[in-house]
Amino acid sequence: MDAISQDLSPLWISLATSVTATAITMIAGIAAAAWRQRRTGPLSPIVDAIFLLPLVLPPTVVGFALLLLFGRNGPLGKLLLGVGATVVFSWPATVIAAAVVSFPLMYLTSRAALDQVDPHFLQAARTLGVTEWRIFRRVALPLAWPGVLAGTILSFARAMGEFGATLMVAGNIPGRTETIPIAIYFAVEADDLRAALRWSAAELGISFVLLAALYYWTHAAGRGRARWARI
Amino acid sequence: MKRTSVVLWLVVAAILLSHPAVIPASPRNSRPGSAPASASEITVSAAISLKDALDEIGKEYEARHPGVEVVANYGGSGTLRNQIEQGAPVDAFFSASEKDMDALNAKGLIQPDTRRDIVANTLVLIVPADRDSGIHDFKDLASAQVKTIAIGEPATVPAGMYAQQAFAALGLTAAVHGKLVLAKDVRQALTYVATGNADAGVVYSTDARITSKVRVVATAPANSHDPIVYPAAVLKGAHDASAARALVEYLGAEDAKVIFQKYGFTLPPQ
Repeated sequence: MDAISQDLSPLWISLATSVTATAITMIAGIAAAAWRQRRTGPLSPIVDAIFLLPLVLPPTVVGFALLLLFGRNGPLGKLLLGVGATVVFSWPATVIAAAVVSFPLMYLTSRAALDQVDPHFLQAARTLGVTEWRIFRRVALPLAWPGVLAGTILSFARAMGEFGATLMVAGNIPGRTETIPIAIYFAVEADDLRAALRWSAAELGISFVLLAALYYWTHAAGRGRARWARI
Repeated sequence: MKRTSVVLWLVVAAILLSHPAVIPASPRNSRPGSAPASASEITVSAAISLKDALDEIGKEYEARHPGVEVVANYGGSGTLRNQIEQGAPVDAFFSASEKDMDALNAKGLIQPDTRRDIVANTLVLIVPADRDSGIHDFKDLASAQVKTIAIGEPATVPAGMYAQQAFAALGLTAAVHGKLVLAKDVRQALTYVATGNADAGVVYSTDARITSKVRVVATAPANSHDPIVYPAAVLKGAHDASAARALVEYLGAEDAKVIFQKYGFTLPPQ
């Protein structure tokens, strides 16, 4: 019994990490996209570049940066230590790593989706005297929803597959920070092909379902939008 | 809409630029001598705990044997063994455990007559040097204040395997369960402690010597784990067996011993 529950811990850790990270990324990504859409200035390209950095940097570099930031001697690490919290080698570290690397996908996709909303709808809403927040929530976001959803699924998939940054900042603690990709890496290292294949199959299955869902949702986008627009 | 496409192009450009294949003829690839495998290039897969000592020995050996280049590939002994089993082009193996050498021997991958025990080592408990952690002995690891203990992944890192044996012998297996951060090699475990991110760690005494950022608080009793002996051997697939043989012999010779001892290694029991 114990062997089985121990065996499955990477699955639960991976799922819990990815769900939490995606929830954070979703809110942060949409907020960032909406903010960047409204406010453009001379520094906009720099802000965009910073938002996209985790996508182009090798995950090891992201992990290293997080380690410098959250480590015992890092600025954020010291701050958190003051309240008695250590991030490195803890479960929250897996969430931080996954959220940071999946953020650009969420940001890019929601940004594109929001940009494609016909501004006439927004102007029409403004003539009715509705607050900007309400317009965003009731008009812009529903119209951009299929794209936002696609971004969410991509982010979740990216979070599920996250390895490099996670290993750096969360380490490999079985039952605590050992996600599926980390379990695969160490199984291959230890020549445990059966475990490596089993976990790879699990990743494959989850990713396949997610991509099928993504396809379904983007396909149903036209119908969805028509339905939302009537509200 | 237009802005988004600009952003996308930026991303594509950044990805392309960061790809090494896009930048032609990096000077690293055109280093003279390395292009057509020079007269004698000996590749040694060696336990990473040997790094500092073996780097120096390799330089010394190259100086005495012009035309010979010693290329060391460092890692966890289990990882290196695995690479060799998968057909990695390696000439000699220098392991931190008899177990990994035995495994290669059982598969007929080493030249058994070349195998010899080169050095020995001890296992120590370390803590970050800048902290008074209240850890003075292995049994203190059971304390609730100790949250993370860095060791090598036992399946591939001999130091981790020895550490696990020591925990078992000292009756600490249950107490440290859930606290162990498993590193990919012993030097990573050392780094985890040196940076203060792990509360304690178990590494070789030779590893603890290379940094002032860790403090040794205890030595594992020699009878709490298998003897820590480093065997070396020439592999069956060595492309220049005689050159590899000469190097392995040199590792066991007096000049090399002096360097090993400088780095804190001891001599194996005869």
